[in-house]
Amino acid sequence: MRSFSLIDLVSLVYALQWTVLLVLLALAFGAPLALLLATARTSRFAALRWLAAAVIQLIQGVPLLGLLFFFYFGMPVFLDLQVPALVAVGVAYTLYTAGFLGDIWRGGIQAVKPAQWEAGACLGLSAWQQFRHIIGPQALRLSLPPTVGFLVQLIKGTSLASIVGFVELARAGQVASAATFQPLLTYSLVAAIYFALCLPLTLWSRSLEARLNGAR
Amino acid sequence: MALVEIRDVRKSFGQVEVLKGVSLDVEEGEIVTIIGRSGSGKSTLLRCINALETVNSGTITVEGQRVSTGMANLRQFRQRVGIVFQAFNLFPHLTVEKNITLAPLLTKKIGKGEARALAQDVLGRVGLTDKIDAWPEQLSGGQQQRVAIARCLAMAPHLMLFDEVTSALDPELVGEVLKVMEDMARQGMTMVLVTHEMGFARNVANKIVFMHQGKVWEEGPPEKLFADPRTPELRSFINSVK
Repeated sequence: MRSFSLIDLVSLVYALQWTVLLVLLALAFGAPLALLLATARTSRFAALRWLAAAVIQLIQGVPLLGLLFFFYFGMPVFLDLQVPALVAVGVAYTLYTAGFLGDIWRGGIQAVKPAQWEAGACLGLSAWQQFRHIIGPQALRLSLPPTVGFLVQLIKGTSLASIVGFVELARAGQVASAATFQPLLTYSLVAAIYFALCLPLTLWSRSLEARLNGAR
Repeated sequence: MALVEIRDVRKSFGQVEVLKGVSLDVEEGEIVTIIGRSGSGKSTLLRCINALETVNSGTITVEGQRVSTGMANLRQFRQRVGIVFQAFNLFPHLTVEKNITLAPLLTKKIGKGEARALAQDVLGRVGLTDKIDAWPEQLSGGQQQRVAIARCLAMAPHLMLFDEVTSALDPELVGEVLKVMEDMARQGMTMVLVTHEMGFARNVANKIVFMHQGKVWEEGPPEKLFADPRTPELRSFINSVK
């Protein structure tokens, strides 16, 4: 046993990059997928709506831990696919993000009055132009607070990846705690780092909201 | 050939038949006012002319072109037929200028400078040049409705439809919107209006169409129709709105 030292702190900060990478991966692949789900969920075509609803329901109904286990342990077994842990975990977080953001954005799109679509259509705009210039910007503004709320959830949710042995911030905390036998100090530090990551996001969301409301 | 030809149009929503065989002509430059009680099918008829609703049977042609929600060049058609709604439906996230120039920029491929000049021009026609940089929510109801009219004018439509455009306004704001419409009428715009403003119908319209129970009950020039209603339904309607 050794005492908690600078090295342990460095290992935590070093592991933080994997947390951040996971979040970025989930957003980079999950957000476009979420947009696709949100538009399908509000589509004119019943089959698309139904399909998107089913996908969203499935993702939201399965615990994040279940998603992680499925892709980490399941991909080699069911798909006979040996993938690095980062890929398996990345896929799980991407789907998680798509399912929740997709539903949040669906709500934003539906919160814009249908008459706004109609006003655009009456000016001769295509459905895509109506979405891109009229509905989308208004939906984005409405969805901003819950979107940032989900982002904070996502950041904290990456700690679950530690369970399948992925060494991100929470897992690095476990390692440091086991080595130093100072769980209280270590986990307090881990919590503080998560907090430091989430706080600016919340503050940024608030200022963005105020700015968007001012510009109306 | 009339600019708008409506022939025996029927339209149902579920079990309810709202239009029960409507026929009507609108000549170029004509101001046609549709009056009637709530539920008589006035607004539905207007929405059918702009292909916002599909008719169940009968035909509507505008400038010789058969109108339907599935028509091949629906978007180009809608650029030629402007419609203004009771609820204005301005885009709240865009300034007055952007509200007006969004569609011309996207569909007519005009430049930014040209767009600003266009916005100034159409705002001049509704008397709101000084509001070009305002946000919709900073405007009164009457001003918002005038911007909505300007937004339509920017597309240089051949026909304008007005669906109870003064019904959501405070009484003191109705006049400014009607004045804009009178100016447009004087400049020769073909207009079809659904309205409860009998003064406007009497003084500006060339033709009054009284709708009742999904049918054109009576039509004719205002002086004749108001002075000498043939049917008891129109007579009682005129008495009730006096």
